[in-house]
Amino acid sequence: MRMILSRLFSAKMIKFDAVSKRYPGGHEALNNISFHLEKAAFAFLTGHSGAGKSTLLKLIMQMEKASSGQVFVNGQNLNRLSRRQLPYFRRNIGLVFQDHQLLFDRSVFENVALPLQIAGYDSREAGRRVRAALDKVGLLKKENQNPIALSGGEQQRVGIARAVVNKPALLLADEPTGNLDPLLSAEIMELFEEFNRVGVSVLIASHDLSLIAKLRYPVLTLDHGRMIRGATEKVVSDS
Amino acid sequence: MAAPKKVSKIKKPAKTNKPKRQKLSRPGSLSALLRNHQRVAVDSLDRLFATAAASALTWAMIAIAIALPLFLFIVLQNLQQFGSNLDETTQISIYMELDSSDAELLAAQNALNSHPTILSTEVINQAQALEEFQSLSGFGDALSGLTENPLPAVIVVTPNTEILEQVRALVSELSNIDKVDSVQYDLDWLQRLYGILNLAQRLTMMLGVLLAFGVALVVGNTVRLAIENRRDEIVVVKLVGGTDSFVARPFLYTGLWYGVGGGILASVLVLLAQFFMQGPVSALADLYNGEFVLIRLSLIDIFNVLLLGGFLGWFGAWLSVLRHLRAIEPR
Repeated sequence: MRMILSRLFSAKMIKFDAVSKRYPGGHEALNNISFHLEKAAFAFLTGHSGAGKSTLLKLIMQMEKASSGQVFVNGQNLNRLSRRQLPYFRRNIGLVFQDHQLLFDRSVFENVALPLQIAGYDSREAGRRVRAALDKVGLLKKENQNPIALSGGEQQRVGIARAVVNKPALLLADEPTGNLDPLLSAEIMELFEEFNRVGVSVLIASHDLSLIAKLRYPVLTLDHGRMIRGATEKVVSDS
Repeated sequence: MAAPKKVSKIKKPAKTNKPKRQKLSRPGSLSALLRNHQRVAVDSLDRLFATAAASALTWAMIAIAIALPLFLFIVLQNLQQFGSNLDETTQISIYMELDSSDAELLAAQNALNSHPTILSTEVINQAQALEEFQSLSGFGDALSGLTENPLPAVIVVTPNTEILEQVRALVSELSNIDKVDSVQYDLDWLQRLYGILNLAQRLTMMLGVLLAFGVALVVGNTVRLAIENRRDEIVVVKLVGGTDSFVARPFLYTGLWYGVGGGILASVLVLLAQFFMQGPVSALADLYNGEFVLIRLSLIDIFNVLLLGGFLGWFGAWLSVLRHLRAIEPR
């Protein structure tokens, strides 16, 4: 009952409540982090490398479990998420990687269709959605190519198409422009903004400060596992 | 006539098709699951054919491991049948002394015919014995060189009882008759044959069980390599929400196809072996006056072999999946 109520009344897409993450061996990646991200918000997560950006994203994806504290995603307490529920939980989150993580043994179309296959869509509906996603990232003409034949920017766009094809409520990106030049980076950011405009919550981990400064979105800053900006200010919300 | 039909056709999809299609594509539905099974089954078979040389090697290994006990099993079945034919006629052979005359032979037969526990008797005199031996043994030429007939006359007695003690009593009674050299009771060597066959059957079963484990391990190891090769894919699939069973499915089908393919090849091997042995076996069967019917691999047997192969392959893959797939997690 408490779970249902918290889901109904919580408007937060992501909520961290005094979360710490200690890796075996003693390295403390995150130290007492509290923040929240409203639904349909757009925010950056920044900090020097090793500050804990990736760890924070991994906690949201449940690739790692918090050592202490609680993480909520869309009102769901991830500490109570069973192994069986985990895949269904992940289907609501789109994830974009720095190295795009495309599979080179299949076409662009099949890469993007993967989440839909997993979710069990029939091929006609899946085809419709894949083409819509590829159209959005401007790669509809390349659907039959192997992603290895595409440029870095195009590969990243295929990765984004795959992340959004299932219409997730939350889009996470880990250094999505890390390997791209400024022009391509700006294009990628525009894509994320477009998805945000239709109600998708977006959280982008990046250390590209010039790009972040240009875009004027709320910024969460990590330093040695502590949140030094964004935690107490009411910046991370839907204005 | 066609016009109103058209109207209703246009109306229908507009009203009812949309929610229906939504329903069809609902994640987790049975039809979605079946679709995935179908796609994965075809895809994993395609993958095996794409690496035909490596797959053929695995198939051959599995085929040999299945064919060997299977062939032994069929041979044993044939031998057992051969024994059971003799079982119906638990006959006693009375070997007469070499110097007994035909008259003495007939007198002995007459005496035996009136015995209460004897059903019938049959006399094979020395000349008949020699003739039969010459035609069947293949030593005809060698025997024609002999000046004297070395074979004794035989009276074959069929008792009218199958109770072992009564037959044994009859045997000892018969050996005391005048001019009788020795009495041989077929059941004695038949029992020995059965003993050996039982032993051979046990050994074949043991061999079969060991080789079945071998098949599962071969498939398991091959599937382990397949899992390693598709590690990146597994990580991505798990991150975009693939369940454990979704991730495992291609590998379980891979194991299934290895097993079924091995089963098909094993059946072919056994059929070839049967074909190769047909000549000598039918010659041997002729020696037993056609009582011997060769048991062959039937269609049902082949079906069972495929089923067994498929199960072993699936089981081996399952062991491998259980051990290796959970260890691959996105980090």
